[in-house]
Amino acid sequence: MSRVFRWAATAAGVLLLVVLAAVAVFLLIRGWAAITASDATLQSEGNLPPGAHNLAGYIGPLIFGTLIAAALALVMATPVAVGIALFVSHYAPRRVAGAVGFVIDLLAAIPSVVFGLWGAQILAPRIAPLWQWVADVLSVIPGVTVRATATGRSMATTALVLAIMILPIITAVSREVFKQTPHLHQEAALALGATRWEVIRMAVLPFGRSGVVSAAMLGLGRALGETMAVLMVLSTSSGTGYSFQIFDSGVLQTIAANIAAKFPDSSGLAVNTLIATGLALFVITMAVNMLARWIVSRRNEFSGAN
Amino acid sequence: MSATSASATASTAPGPDNALRELLTSVDRGRQRKNRTMTGLVWAAFFLAMTPLFSLLWTVLSHGLAKFTPYFLLHSMRNVSGGMDAGGAYHAIAGTLLITLGTTVISVPIGLLAAIYLVEYGKGPLARAVTFFVDVMTGIPSIVAGLFAFAVFAIFFGPGVRLGVMGSVALALLMIPVVVRSSEEMLRLVPNELREAAYALGVPKWLTIVKVVLRTSVAGLTTSVLLAVARVIGETAPLLIAVGTTASINFNLFAGRMMTLPVFIYDQYHQGPARCARNATNCLVSINLDRAWAAALTLLLIVVILNLVGRLVTWLFAPKLR
Repeated sequence: MSRVFRWAATAAGVLLLVVLAAVAVFLLIRGWAAITASDATLQSEGNLPPGAHNLAGYIGPLIFGTLIAAALALVMATPVAVGIALFVSHYAPRRVAGAVGFVIDLLAAIPSVVFGLWGAQILAPRIAPLWQWVADVLSVIPGVTVRATATGRSMATTALVLAIMILPIITAVSREVFKQTPHLHQEAALALGATRWEVIRMAVLPFGRSGVVSAAMLGLGRALGETMAVLMVLSTSSGTGYSFQIFDSGVLQTIAANIAAKFPDSSGLAVNTLIATGLALFVITMAVNMLARWIVSRRNEFSGAN
Repeated sequence: MSATSASATASTAPGPDNALRELLTSVDRGRQRKNRTMTGLVWAAFFLAMTPLFSLLWTVLSHGLAKFTPYFLLHSMRNVSGGMDAGGAYHAIAGTLLITLGTTVISVPIGLLAAIYLVEYGKGPLARAVTFFVDVMTGIPSIVAGLFAFAVFAIFFGPGVRLGVMGSVALALLMIPVVVRSSEEMLRLVPNELREAAYALGVPKWLTIVKVVLRTSVAGLTTSVLLAVARVIGETAPLLIAVGTTASINFNLFAGRMMTLPVFIYDQYHQGPARCARNATNCLVSINLDRAWAAALTLLLIVVILNLVGRLVTWLFAPKLR
C-alpha cells in the first residue's frame, strides 16, 4: 500500500512533465499540415490575410505585434510596479501596506474579459484625445508621421490595459524581494546619514535587481499570451505588416487575439494554420518563462506563484 | 537658575561647536529634494495603480446593476433575438459552474498528488525538474491550453468537435500548476515533529500523509483550491475555442456546445449595438452591452465570493502553529 501511494504521487509528478511535452507534441501534430503545406495551398485554403504569401509572412507580423504589445506593457508597468512594491515594503504604514497587498491581489483576480470590456468601452474613448495629442506632438519631428485613431482602440490602449493586468504579478514578486533586503544593510546606510531614498538606492535596489528583472519577465510572459483584452480593445483586423503606428487602429495584431478571433469560424487547413501560430506563441512564452524561472531559481528564497 | 541660564547662553552663543552641530544636523538641500521627489513618485505610483482598479469596479457596478435581476440570472438566451429586452445568463452560469466543476475534479487529485510527491517523496533531478516545469507551466498562455484541448479531442472526434469537457481539460492545464504550487506551500507548513511522532508510533508513511499531513493542512488546501478555481473561472479564450457558444441550456459536459459566463460577456460585447426598427416597442439598442455588463458583474461577484470564502476558511480553520 505504501508503495502504491508512493507510485501514485510520483506518477502525478511525472504526468505534469508528460502533459507539458504533450502540449508541444499535439500542437506540432495539428500544425504540421500548415507547416508543410505549399505556399499555393496555404493561400487558397489557409485563410491567409491579403498580403501574406506564406506561413512566415503570416506569423511574422503577428509575432511583431505580440512583441510590441508586450514590450510596451512592460515598459509602462515595471516602474509603477516597482514603485508600489517599494511603497508596500518601505513607505506605507504597516496597516496600509496590508490593505494595499489585498487590493493588488484583487486586481490580479479580475477576469481578463472584464478588463477587455472596461478597456474597450470606458478607457479607449477617454484616452483617445491623449493619444491624438501625443501623435500630434511626435509628428512635429521632421520626417515622422504618426497617425492616431479617433476611437482610441489602438495598440497603445491595448498595451495600457495589458500593463494594468501584469502590474499585480510584477508587484507581488518585487515586493517579496524588497522585503528580504538584509536589515543590517539598510541600517548601515541609515547610520551613514543616508536619506530614505538613498537607503533604497544603495541597499534595496541592488539587492533586488535580479528579482525585479525576473518579475518583469514573468509579467512579459503573461502579456505575450493575453488574449481577451487584446481581442476586445483592438478592433478586429489581422496585422499584415511591420509598423510602429501604435496609435493607429487596424495595423497591428497579436497571435493570441488573432487565433481567438478567427478560430470559431475556421475549418480545414485554416485551423492548422492557426494552431501553427499557436505553436509559435507557445515556444516564445515558454522561452521567456524558463529564462525568468531560471533567474528566480538561482535564488531560491522566493517564487512568483505564492 | 544659574544652570538654566548657562545652558541657554550655550545654545544661542555662536561658536565653533555650534557651527559643527549645524553642519551635522542640517541636510544637504539637493539630497533632501531628491528624497522628497522619490517619496512623491512612490506615492504617485500607488495612486496611479488604484485609479484603474476603482474605475473598473465602479463601472462594472454602475453599468451592471441595471440588468442584474433575478430574471437575468434565471433565463437563457433561447429564442431571444435582435434588440428584444429579454434573455439572461442562466445557461452561461450553469455552463461555467459545470465546466469549472469538471476542471476541479481533474485538477485537484493530480495537483494534490504532485504536491505530495514534491514535499514528501521528491528528491534528486526528477523533483527539481517537476518543480521547475510546474513554474514554467503557470506561464502557459490560456489560448494555447484551449488549442491543446482541441488538438487532443479533434483526433478522436473530428475537427468540428466542441464539448464542455474539452473546456474542463483546457482549464485543468491552467489550474493544475496553481494547485501544485499553493498546496506545496501548505504541506511544507506542517511541522516535521508531527510526521516523526507518527513514524515513532509505527504508522506507515502513506497513512501518516493521509491521516496527519493532509488532516493538518486541510484548511490551507481548501483555500488553495478555492483560489485556483477563482483564477480559472474567468478564463475566456480556451473556452471560446474548445466549448464554443450556444443560446440554450446544456447540462451535459459530454455532448454539444455550452455557454460560459466569460464567453457570454465576450459574445454579447461582440454583437455590439442591436438594430431596432423605427417604432419597435420591445427593442433596446444597448441591450447586448447591458447584458455583457450584468454578466461581468455576475462573474466578478463569483470571483470575489470565492476569494473571500477562501480567506475565511484559512482564517477560521487554520491550525494554530505558532
